[in-house]
Amino acid sequence: MPAVSKGDGMRGLAVFISDIRNCKSKEAEIKRINKELANIRSKFKGDKALDGYSKKKYVCKLLFIFLLGHDIDFGHMEAVNLLSSNKYTEKQIGYLFISVLVNSNSELIRLINNAIKNDLASRNPTFMCLALHCIANVGSREMGEAFAADIPRILVAGDSMDSVKQSAALCLLRLYKASPDLVPMGEWTARVVHLLNDQHMGVVTAAVSLITCLCKKNPDDFKTCISLAVSRLSRIVSSASTDLQDYTYYFVPAPWLSVKLLRLLQCYPPPEDAAVKGRLVECLETVLNKAQEPPKSKKVQHSNAKNAILFETISLIIHYDSEPNLLVRACNQLGQFLQHRETNLRYLALESMCTLASSEFSHEAVKTHIDTVINALKTERDVSVRQRAADLLYAMCDRSNAKQIVSEMLRYLETADYAIREEIVLKVAILAEKYAVDYSWYVDTILNLIRIAGDYVSEEVWYRVLQIVTNRDDVQGYAAKTVFEALQAPACHENMVKVGGYILGEFGNLIAGDPRSSPPVQFSLLHSKFHLCSVATRALLLSTYIKFINLFPETKATIQGVLRAGSQLRNADVELQQRAVEYLTLSSVASTDVLATVLEEMPPFPERESSILAKLKRKKGPGAASALDDGRRDASSNDINGGVEPTPSTVSTPSPSADLLGLRAAPPPAAAPAPAGAGNLLVDVSSEGPAAQPGLGPTPEEAFLSELEPPAPESPMALLADPAPAADPGSEDIGSPIPEADELMNKFVCKNNGVLFENQLLQIGVKSEFRQNLGRMYLFYGNKTSVQFQSFTPTVVHPGDLQTHLAVQTKRVAAQVDGGAQVQQVLNIECLRDFLTPPLLSVRFRYGGAPQSLTLKLPVTINKFFQPTEMAAQDFFQRWKQLSLPQQEAQKIFKATHPMDAEVTKAKLLGFGSALLDNVDPNPENFVGAGIIQTKALQVGCLLRLEPNAQAQMYRLTLRTSKEPVSRHLCELLAQQF
Amino acid sequence: MQFMLLFSRQGKLRLQKWYVPLSDKEKKKITRELVQTVLARKPKMCSFLEWRDLKIVYKRYASLYFCCAIEDQDNELITLEIIHRYVELLDKYFGSVCELDIIFNFEKAYFILDEFLLGGEVQETSKKNVLKAIEQADLLQEFQEVLGVPRNPSPDSLSHVMNILMSQCTK
Repeated sequence: MPAVSKGDGMRGLAVFISDIRNCKSKEAEIKRINKELANIRSKFKGDKALDGYSKKKYVCKLLFIFLLGHDIDFGHMEAVNLLSSNKYTEKQIGYLFISVLVNSNSELIRLINNAIKNDLASRNPTFMCLALHCIANVGSREMGEAFAADIPRILVAGDSMDSVKQSAALCLLRLYKASPDLVPMGEWTARVVHLLNDQHMGVVTAAVSLITCLCKKNPDDFKTCISLAVSRLSRIVSSASTDLQDYTYYFVPAPWLSVKLLRLLQCYPPPEDAAVKGRLVECLETVLNKAQEPPKSKKVQHSNAKNAILFETISLIIHYDSEPNLLVRACNQLGQFLQHRETNLRYLALESMCTLASSEFSHEAVKTHIDTVINALKTERDVSVRQRAADLLYAMCDRSNAKQIVSEMLRYLETADYAIREEIVLKVAILAEKYAVDYSWYVDTILNLIRIAGDYVSEEVWYRVLQIVTNRDDVQGYAAKTVFEALQAPACHENMVKVGGYILGEFGNLIAGDPRSSPPVQFSLLHSKFHLCSVATRALLLSTYIKFINLFPETKATIQGVLRAGSQLRNADVELQQRAVEYLTLSSVASTDVLATVLEEMPPFPERESSILAKLKRKKGPGAASALDDGRRDASSNDINGGVEPTPSTVSTPSPSADLLGLRAAPPPAAAPAPAGAGNLLVDVSSEGPAAQPGLGPTPEEAFLSELEPPAPESPMALLADPAPAADPGSEDIGSPIPEADELMNKFVCKNNGVLFENQLLQIGVKSEFRQNLGRMYLFYGNKTSVQFQSFTPTVVHPGDLQTHLAVQTKRVAAQVDGGAQVQQVLNIECLRDFLTPPLLSVRFRYGGAPQSLTLKLPVTINKFFQPTEMAAQDFFQRWKQLSLPQQEAQKIFKATHPMDAEVTKAKLLGFGSALLDNVDPNPENFVGAGIIQTKALQVGCLLRLEPNAQAQMYRLTLRTSKEPVSRHLCELLAQQF
Repeated sequence: MQFMLLFSRQGKLRLQKWYVPLSDKEKKKITRELVQTVLARKPKMCSFLEWRDLKIVYKRYASLYFCCAIEDQDNELITLEIIHRYVELLDKYFGSVCELDIIFNFEKAYFILDEFLLGGEVQETSKKNVLKAIEQADLLQEFQEVLGVPRNPSPDSLSHVMNILMSQCTK
């Protein structure tokens, strides 16, 4: 037992600790502890009042037992007693016990708070500091409630000792972090900023932490701290190594304070004041210069302290991201550290460079270190350093070096630590997708990922490759060939079977011409894996099989045999059994046509942000999201490499494997009712739309009657739309549309939002969105006058038999529109069949007693229900030929009314709703598009071709659809747009 | 800083200081996990590692590991020197400190830490000032033991007596 060197020796405590240390086994230790606990309990309970020393000793023993990892459920009262003692050491032990062991026993907290209050008021700095330490250590809300108001006063009081101010600052910081609402802002905040000027370095050191936290929450209120911080920093940086006496650490002046000041400055953008900024830049340069000077000491503490300031300086430079010169210097400095013999510095340099890589000023400078970083990935012995190197490679990757980086990461993956494999897989997957120039490289990379680290390839990754292959027909054949080859390997990962199964089910036909990969070969290859796979994969393969029946009728008998086998039809797993039964029946009862429709090729997935990226962000925590954000450097790459996400997957069954498959078994999504998850906005359209249809605005004839008679009871919409029809003496029939109505409506053929109509009284704005055969439109009626409109009644009217083609359900609007106000009306629209004429919008109201009325054409045209369709040239021409009947084609040759700009034309065609197909028309000047018009009753496939002739300023537009009037109508609509 | 742990090469926890509210169960879990992780690392490895969403900075002094958990924006190197300065403070106070000093005088180790770091932030970096505060406390105690506790200790009279004691002490 060592002699207790300082302070009071508590012999009993030392003996007890020795005893514990001498215990030979865990059991012996527990026995000794229990004996001691019993002893202490009896002492505390005994009738003899304990003296302060004994109390202190026993409380200390309890504390020791607690720190050994045992639970302590008594002694709190004795500790509170000690708190109130006038003897310093007793008080100190009492505080320690409370700080370490306090629980949220509110009775106890009240007693503690009382003792703390006394000590804070004692004017004895040592006692005050003890009390402040305790508040800071506990930091609970109860403490905040009791003291948050007092501490600011102590902090800025003129007569507070320096040590008290230091403790008060950090105590307040802790309370503010825990419950900011409890700390009252006020006059003290201004004075706290001036603590940056305090003579006592310790006070400044403590205060900066508090100020930094306050700045983060209320940057505007604390702006004055910028110049104070800069001047303080400048004084430290320029001081000689001995100036600051005890605040110099291994020849580095005030390193902790410097780092804190540099952190504080990172709460703000660069200083606006030129003089302050100049002084700061000088400081930053001095720090960078000092890094090049020979060290003043060989001690690692010297270089650590110096480099701590250097790294914080670099963080500030990166934060400002505005001084190219400093950024490049920072990058060079870090480059030196990349090869430093100190592992710590290499680690930090890699970490810091990661953020530097995302600055446009230094991205290129960072890239020059690629070889060193790759080398680090290969040779560093410490996994955490290798991890940093992998992060940096990810951050510095762009189109120019993607292939090199991806291949290095793949190579690393073979030997990578298990802990980081999944992350590497995600990163490789993202880079491969983002920077893919040709998609065969992308497919190869992902298949390599599965081969090397199949277990770490998450669903997101392999879903993604399927989405991309589905959406890009130029890679489908290659993908089919490659997975077919990959599946030949005797032991291939289950994820490979999933990807292979899916791709062959979709695109196996593309390689079926080669006898080596003929349909039966494909099938037996897949089926040879079947029995070794999990339920989810087997479910996927069953879907592949039924797709095969459609793709390759010659395999029907074999596959039906497989489906019919008892192991499938009577499988214990419900999902497998159901699939087997349904697919078998489907293949036997459905005609080839039905089968072809049901098992049609997957439609492209809608473009969205990559779900892999989201996963990586989740994995790295929210803080990393910005570092991983990609759009910043490579905005141009978005179009081809932009994300795709399986939105439809939200609709299908919850089983993970079924996500992609459930869809395929269902009829093509176009014919299905809108899935519930397809978009919140449209949900109620699909559920209410058709039901409400009888009540949709009256036809012109009926409208007349409805003005005179009470609205029919079965027509709830009329009730809503026309609250006081009889009150309007000036009512009249819905007039014919205003002369400009066609022109106004035509503005909306290629766009969905804008101003539909405007005169001196009224403005009508439109916002709309359409999906499949559903739409929602918002009409905004703005009263431009200062007088209220009365009996304001907008009505939607279906001329002719439009009602059977298009259902428009309106929501009621207020009958009064105040001067200067705007009211909004929501229209839910459902396209039932193809239609040619738009619905009418009739707006009637009274303005200053005079009835006003106005009829417009509602900008709902058939093309709004277009669904773009991507297809390869071959498919396009095949379908074009299929639609060769004269009545299926409509053609128009017309003069350009707008300048002939290819980009504008493209935008208009996309706005019109069709997909634009590149590389289809041999003449690159021409535009070719395809889409499907979705109505409830039927779908109309549409192909279009637009041939501009710049010399003649003419266009020729050709439409081919499966329905004659649609061709003509679309042709007319579109021809007016150029 | 979120917490600091001191543990031996055998994995015995010698000191724990938490600057964020956590349940005892969580504290135990974190301790177990971190002790294991750090002890598994080889001597030449770097002193930093990512752990959950925190950064761990650790250093071994003789048989003891000092291990701090800091947040994402915090400075690793300066944290390494926080550890070193704490070791220096212990060393100065105990006179070439060893693990046993910390075991037997754990309360002193806590008091010194509280003077140096408060609420997870550096409060006072001057070795002199930190030790002065601790020594003052020790003296105050001696003084109280010698003279008995004054009824109403006024700061002035106290510091006067202490100054005398201090000057005797430093001779």
